[in-house]
Amino acid sequence: MTPAIQIQQVYKRFGAVEALCGIDLEVAPGEFFGLLGPNGAGKTTLINILAGLARADRGSVRVLGHDVVTEYRDSRRALGVVPQELVFDPFFSVRETLRIQSGYFGLRHNDAWIDEIMHHLDLTGKADANMRSLSGGMKRRVLVAQALVHKPPVIVLDEPTAGVDVELRQGLWEFVRGLNRDGHTIVLTTHYLEEAEALCARIAMLKQGRVVALDTTSNLINRRESLYLKLRLAGAALPPALAARVRDSRDTAHTLRLRSYAEVEGVLAQVREAGAQIEELELLQPDLEDVFVQIMKEAKG
Amino acid sequence: MSGFGTLLYKELLRFWKVAFQTIAAPVLTTLLYLLIFSHVMQGRAPVYGEVPYAAFLVPGLVMMAVLQNAFANSSSSLIQSKVTGNIIFVLLPPLSYWDFFAAYVLASVVRGMAVGIGVLLVSLAFVGLSFAHPLWILAFALAGSAILGTLGLVAGIWAEKFDQVAAFQSFLIMPLTFLSGVFYSIHSLPAFWQGLSQFNPFFYMIDGFRYGFFGVSDINPAWSLTIALANLAVFAAITLALLKRGYKLRH
Repeated sequence: MTPAIQIQQVYKRFGAVEALCGIDLEVAPGEFFGLLGPNGAGKTTLINILAGLARADRGSVRVLGHDVVTEYRDSRRALGVVPQELVFDPFFSVRETLRIQSGYFGLRHNDAWIDEIMHHLDLTGKADANMRSLSGGMKRRVLVAQALVHKPPVIVLDEPTAGVDVELRQGLWEFVRGLNRDGHTIVLTTHYLEEAEALCARIAMLKQGRVVALDTTSNLINRRESLYLKLRLAGAALPPALAARVRDSRDTAHTLRLRSYAEVEGVLAQVREAGAQIEELELLQPDLEDVFVQIMKEAKG
Repeated sequence: MSGFGTLLYKELLRFWKVAFQTIAAPVLTTLLYLLIFSHVMQGRAPVYGEVPYAAFLVPGLVMMAVLQNAFANSSSSLIQSKVTGNIIFVLLPPLSYWDFFAAYVLASVVRGMAVGIGVLLVSLAFVGLSFAHPLWILAFALAGSAILGTLGLVAGIWAEKFDQVAAFQSFLIMPLTFLSGVFYSIHSLPAFWQGLSQFNPFFYMIDGFRYGFFGVSDINPAWSLTIALANLAVFAAITLALLKRGYKLRH
């Protein structure tokens, strides 16, 4: 099957900064794919190259088999991008904005679909309001609607929930999940790792222009084979022998890293020998945030 | 509608929605030039024998308005879109660089023509004019506004800030229009300046445009139109090459 997105050996340099150094990625049709990484990792640069907003120095990028440079008309028709920046055209109303965006894709008589997207995104009441008069959250919804006017099979959302309130965020995710169920391929970048964990089936982590991890979300979380033991102690301090396991400590509460459940007994024994009483105990499963932090640390340099 | 048609429509709607600023204001400014210069200069500058100075001045002012507004349209639209970031709305769809070029330049031509017609109509209330060769008038207005629409596109592509577009306008477009014979016939100039004027492409546009009204000009209008079209071809080729490469737009 033709991959929804195929990125091969993509390099991009801005002056002295190597933004992307040999990225290889493939996203299958129908996937919900996450692209994670700290600021400056190259996520947006990669999306810009995918969307034709920037050009790769080397390598090739295809959307549903269409090269983004030589077959840009087909690749752009297949792609909907929700940009990170909250941009809008102050000259137009919501409906004008969406009609014009449809027209750029050569679509006439698109009003039925435009009405439907506006309905789903709760924009119907603002259809004739000027873009300038909308709140930030509403502008964000219009950006989502604009990305969808041409019913693209592949949708890229670049940090769509940055600075967005809880209600809109949940509504947005429900909507995007629905699109994914209907067969759209979704690529998402976000700094909210719990969102990525809940939504994305597969995740790539980027650091300094390189892919440092690429796996299904569950494999990423489980392959670490680690869990956390949270203890609150009284009577004595944490024995120094356990210091190497500490992830964080606050007063008498400590979170320790374990490799497996088998290590629980040994740790508790050491605590008892040190003369401390356990006031509180909790076993924590690792989450994507822990994995992310660890991978970013390991991938240093 | 096609992608090109939509982009053209959007560009037209953009200036039409602020027509007070984009059409009415330049018409008024140009009329002020007409009133003041024709009053001050009446009987001083010798022009084409019997043509009164005010009548001589009107076609120059009309063409100046056409050129400046054609330039302003594409340059300001593009720099606004770049600075605010909404340029991505036209970069994401499958528009070709030809679509992009043609839509921006045509919208500039329409804006230039709209302002030019406005200035001309209002001027007719004050000054009697002849229309010796209307087709030459139209040909030079179209060529001139297309050239300036193209230059506006170059300025908009190149500039990263509003003041860079303003600099392009103040240090290049304004001097070239003011020194192109809008206010005088170059035959009234000393030989050196007369020679220098011949290197100003704007001079040919104004001179040929004026020929359409009076049937008299400093240069043969066919030659002037050839030079104008050659300029258009060169600027268009440069602009298309920039757009194809994605210079400063898809970097």
